[in-house]
Amino acid sequence: MFTEENLKKVEEIKKRYPTAQSALLPVLWLAQEQFGWISEDVMRYVAELLGLPYSHVYGVVTFYTMYNKKPVGKYHIQVCTNVSCMLNGAYENLEYLQKKLNIKVGQTTPDMKFTLTEVECLGSCGTAPVIQINDDYYENMDIPKLEKLIEQLSRDKK
Amino acid sequence: MEEIKLILRDIPDLHRIEVYEANGGYSALKKALGMSPDEVIEEVKKSGLRGRGGAAFPTGLKWSFMPKDSRPKYLVVNADEGEPGTFKDRQVIEKNPHQLIEGALIAAYAIGAQTIYVYIRGEYVKWMRILQNAIDEAYSRGYIGKNILGSNFSVDIYIHRGAGAYICGEESALMESIEGKRGYPRVKPPFPAQYGLWGYPTTINNVETLANVPVIIDKGGDWYAKIGAPKHPGTILFGVSGHVNKPGIYELPTGILLTDLIYKYAGGVRNNKKIKAVIPGGSSTPALRGDQIEGVTMDFDGLRNAGSMIGTGGVIVMDEDTDMVKVLWRIAKFYWHESCGQCTPCREGTGWMFKILDRIVKGGGRPEDLDLLVSVANNIEGNTICALGDAAAWPIKFGVQRFREDFEKYIKFKSTVLVEK
Repeated sequence: MFTEENLKKVEEIKKRYPTAQSALLPVLWLAQEQFGWISEDVMRYVAELLGLPYSHVYGVVTFYTMYNKKPVGKYHIQVCTNVSCMLNGAYENLEYLQKKLNIKVGQTTPDMKFTLTEVECLGSCGTAPVIQINDDYYENMDIPKLEKLIEQLSRDKK
Repeated sequence: MEEIKLILRDIPDLHRIEVYEANGGYSALKKALGMSPDEVIEEVKKSGLRGRGGAAFPTGLKWSFMPKDSRPKYLVVNADEGEPGTFKDRQVIEKNPHQLIEGALIAAYAIGAQTIYVYIRGEYVKWMRILQNAIDEAYSRGYIGKNILGSNFSVDIYIHRGAGAYICGEESALMESIEGKRGYPRVKPPFPAQYGLWGYPTTINNVETLANVPVIIDKGGDWYAKIGAPKHPGTILFGVSGHVNKPGIYELPTGILLTDLIYKYAGGVRNNKKIKAVIPGGSSTPALRGDQIEGVTMDFDGLRNAGSMIGTGGVIVMDEDTDMVKVLWRIAKFYWHESCGQCTPCREGTGWMFKILDRIVKGGGRPEDLDLLVSVANNIEGNTICALGDAAAWPIKFGVQRFREDFEKYIKFKSTVLVEK
């Protein structure tokens, strides 16, 4: 269930469009913010809230890569490996992260701290290679920088 | 060549509304509101401005397709920047968001739109915040909202966040996405000006395109038309990445030499290496060999004549040691991942191309694979609802032709180590 505050936000979002269905993407973002990922229950809840068939919501959630279909770690590390990043060492970075975190691409560490994802172009080619952790971009990344960053994030006990 | 900056102007803190206003900001909106919508469209037509999102379609002409009836109308700002090698729109939003907003307002006035949606890629959280902040500032000063600057013109601007789908940069998929659906491109015709968002007339323009509009209204279409290449005038925010010393965005007049862009502005190739290949306008534009770039100008005709396309102006430079088979493998993987799955030739063909390239990269390539790749590409091209099919086919088809020796070495020696030796 959405918080009171988020329910108000849903009403605000609906006003921006002539149909309730158009609010679906923004409302799913809101849901991901509150619940961390989009479970079947969340999809059913959003469908009911907007008066849409569950099948429609399911179709949309599974079409867009940024909606998490399973729980992700506290830090979702997204590594771009597209051309400009690849030319500047993205695959070496990805290899390093898999070893350092002891997980494969697509997996989450058992303590639910890190999820590692390989992603397509992040639109940061001039500062390649780039990774995104949650909402933030980290540009011109190399292995020493990654090592420092992961150690810093690992120390965070929260 | 004369240096001229129309968008990424060298003014500190230009993203703040008071700085933008102090430098002539929002005066073009005032001027436009004193003209008739048709006069505004005429001025943009005169400027020769062409879309900066990849297709280079004449902007004024696109606006003129909008019907003049009383139905609701919409303007969509396409900020779904996703073409590999492209990172310019986020610069516009970061450095000069008000010029984008002002351009969008002028466009909305010209086409009679009452609502503007900015469709921004889901990853650009930072730039979404910057833009929302600028929109709030503009609302508070009466540039957006009801009866703008005392006129009869009223418009609202909303940001709509994407969620990770390259295809939503395609204008009809983008509209489906705003309508809360999967991003499946629509069959055209009808075009968006006839049947757009929720069936109403809609115009979709790229961020950089709209950021040019205030300059055109301010200085006149004739003035703008004199900048750069005559058939494709203005400046372009060229993004240079890959193996160059100074990657980044360079705003330069169209018609500049590709070699000047690389050597004079982007600092040349790292470690003074030779150029193996250049992708001139984002990953869907076919790569040129290093020996094909001499004398090539960066404009629509210049690149077409050279055997590629201007695309988004995202230039990726690759040095002599680059493994071109691996590069094309990566490009094929991208389009396979991003194909929406609606049309069989694209859904299946992109997968086929990737799997064949994957086999070659892993040492299992067969001599007949090269012709097979070209054949699959030819069967995708022109057989799909939207341009993603073509965008996936071209780089592979021309890549096999232009870098055939590399492929043959891969297949012959069954190992990546032996390539280039």
